Amino acid sequence: MTAVRTVLRRIGFYVLLSLVTAFFALPMLWLVTAPFTRHPTFAVTWPDFTLANFRALTDSPDALSSLYNSAALSLSTMLLTVAAAALAAYALSKVRVPGRGAILYLLLLLSSVITGTAVMVPIFQLMFRLRLLDHDLGVILVLTGGLLPAAIFILTDFMDTMPRLQEESARVFGANSLQVFGHVVLPNVRPGLATIAVWAVVNVWGDFLVPFLLYRSPDKRPAAVTLNTFYTEGGRPDLALISTFSLLYSVPMVIMFLFVSRRYGFRLHGGITA
Amino acid sequence: MRVALEAVTKVYDGDVRALDELSLEIADGEFFVLLGPSGCGKTTLLRTIAGLETATSGTVRIGERDVTRLPPGDRDVAMVFQDYALFPHMTVADNIAYPLRLKKVPRAERRAKAADTAARLSLGPYLDHRPAQLSGGQQQRVALARAMATRPTVFLLDEPLSNLDARLRLEARTFLKKLQHDLGVTTVFVTHDQAEALALADRIAVMEDGRVRQIGTPREVFQRPANIFVAGFIGSTPMNLLEGECVPGDGDPTGSWTDEIDVAGLRLPVPEEATGLVGPGDKIIAGFRPEYVREAEDGIEGRVEIVENLGTTSLVTLATTGPSVQLTVPEEREPAIGTTLRVAPQPGRTLLYHADDGDLIDDS
Repeated sequence: MTAVRTVLRRIGFYVLLSLVTAFFALPMLWLVTAPFTRHPTFAVTWPDFTLANFRALTDSPDALSSLYNSAALSLSTMLLTVAAAALAAYALSKVRVPGRGAILYLLLLLSSVITGTAVMVPIFQLMFRLRLLDHDLGVILVLTGGLLPAAIFILTDFMDTMPRLQEESARVFGANSLQVFGHVVLPNVRPGLATIAVWAVVNVWGDFLVPFLLYRSPDKRPAAVTLNTFYTEGGRPDLALISTFSLLYSVPMVIMFLFVSRRYGFRLHGGITA
Repeated sequence: MRVALEAVTKVYDGDVRALDELSLEIADGEFFVLLGPSGCGKTTLLRTIAGLETATSGTVRIGERDVTRLPPGDRDVAMVFQDYALFPHMTVADNIAYPLRLKKVPRAERRAKAADTAARLSLGPYLDHRPAQLSGGQQQRVALARAMATRPTVFLLDEPLSNLDARLRLEARTFLKKLQHDLGVTTVFVTHDQAEALALADRIAVMEDGRVRQIGTPREVFQRPANIFVAGFIGSTPMNLLEGECVPGDGDPTGSWTDEIDVAGLRLPVPEEATGLVGPGDKIIAGFRPEYVREAEDGIEGRVEIVENLGTTSLVTLATTGPSVQLTVPEEREPAIGTTLRVAPQPGRTLLYHADDGDLIDDS
């Protein structure tokens, strides 16, 4: 009796696991099959292995250039974020201001607000007044502003663990502050910088709202916004183009993850989401 | 290069006086050791010479130059830290050449100089290793090589041997002394280990609470500690310090001075250099090293409590009616625990200290 019950319990458990796995795997499966299907629907079907959808996509204006826009936007925002966060985190770690913990937590709290939907109207107005609407710089600044608090928060932790004696040693040999920072501090916190960089790229790559609101001209838009334009003349979503473009849109992130985890060998912790 | 400190004071957070009006002079080419218990200010003093701390008041001179307010990089000093502070992301060669890189020496020349210095410290085969791949002793030599590479005028060493295990420490000590002798560079060495200080130093400054308690050659500091603090700190077996009193003797018939003291019931002559400086009734502390204690029929009586084997000798602790007395005995001559001994200091090996301020009583 008990043996039968154990087997039944086992079977039930695996069925449940399969259902959960299927729930998460089906969209992924769709993403890799639909682009190669002539007339994709929302169902996952055996692909026709056609490249017609890719050909159609190259005919669509702005589709491929928007991927380039995404890359440019992600990289510039990442560079600015990493540079600014590294300097700020070093200062915060070095000069112990009273209430530092509170400041950092407040920053973190604000960060979820700054790029959040709630302040989009004032940010839009600010950019309008600064004449930075439809400007790469404006978008980069807003995105960087949103990423900085968390980036500073994470990097400060890395900076805190770095041995002070190394800095002092460099100073005795005649290094100025910038040399201490560049030669000693930055190499010591490289894993932290890599974490921030990956996280910034992923965030910007996936961000829709900020570029959607701040870019006016279609040729400047990044991929996340362009994805929103694939409709048929009848106003229905063009699943062929959407799926194909989605696949192209995901590939760079997958490659980046593989590269980074091989190169730096660090595990991407829960906070990093694509 | 000569190093001179004049009335250097360092105050932390408004009220912690790490250095208190400290003055001393270190001669050119001298191996100078700052010795003291932790918290005595020795490391602060070294860091003040390096420029990592700025003196609250007072003057620091290197050579004829006033460097009190100069940043560390402009003082032409090199420092070796306790845990070496090597750069983990650079190879041994890059670590050694780092000071040269800051001086904008071309890469090829840097590499050649680093290889040269490394070879001198038997680090040749490790030039392309990272510090983490080296043993503690090798890391310490890399730190030394890095300090040597710039040919500094002053070497500052902050307990560089304390992270090595005992055997390696002895080797490194000998090596360091030879290296300093060969280079002839003025060296300031901080340690809390009195044996290390005695072995390495040309002169020692013994520090307590931000002040220098005695400066002298290892022999002076060992044989004639200037106060009971130094007496208790120097020597691998601490000096016996027994309270006593001066008693009338055969000295001055008027009774203004005496030549006899009474320590734990034992009558001892007043040492020559203190003659005429103490009178009957003066409270004193008599100090004598365990090495200079012998058995004597009329000595202080004590029961053998502990016998510690030191190798060629043993340290015997006697429980007396007063404070315990320690003496060393040759190997295989150890008394049995519980037996009674009568001991007295060897003639001429007793030092007298004022009971009130603990300073040595002598005519100098």
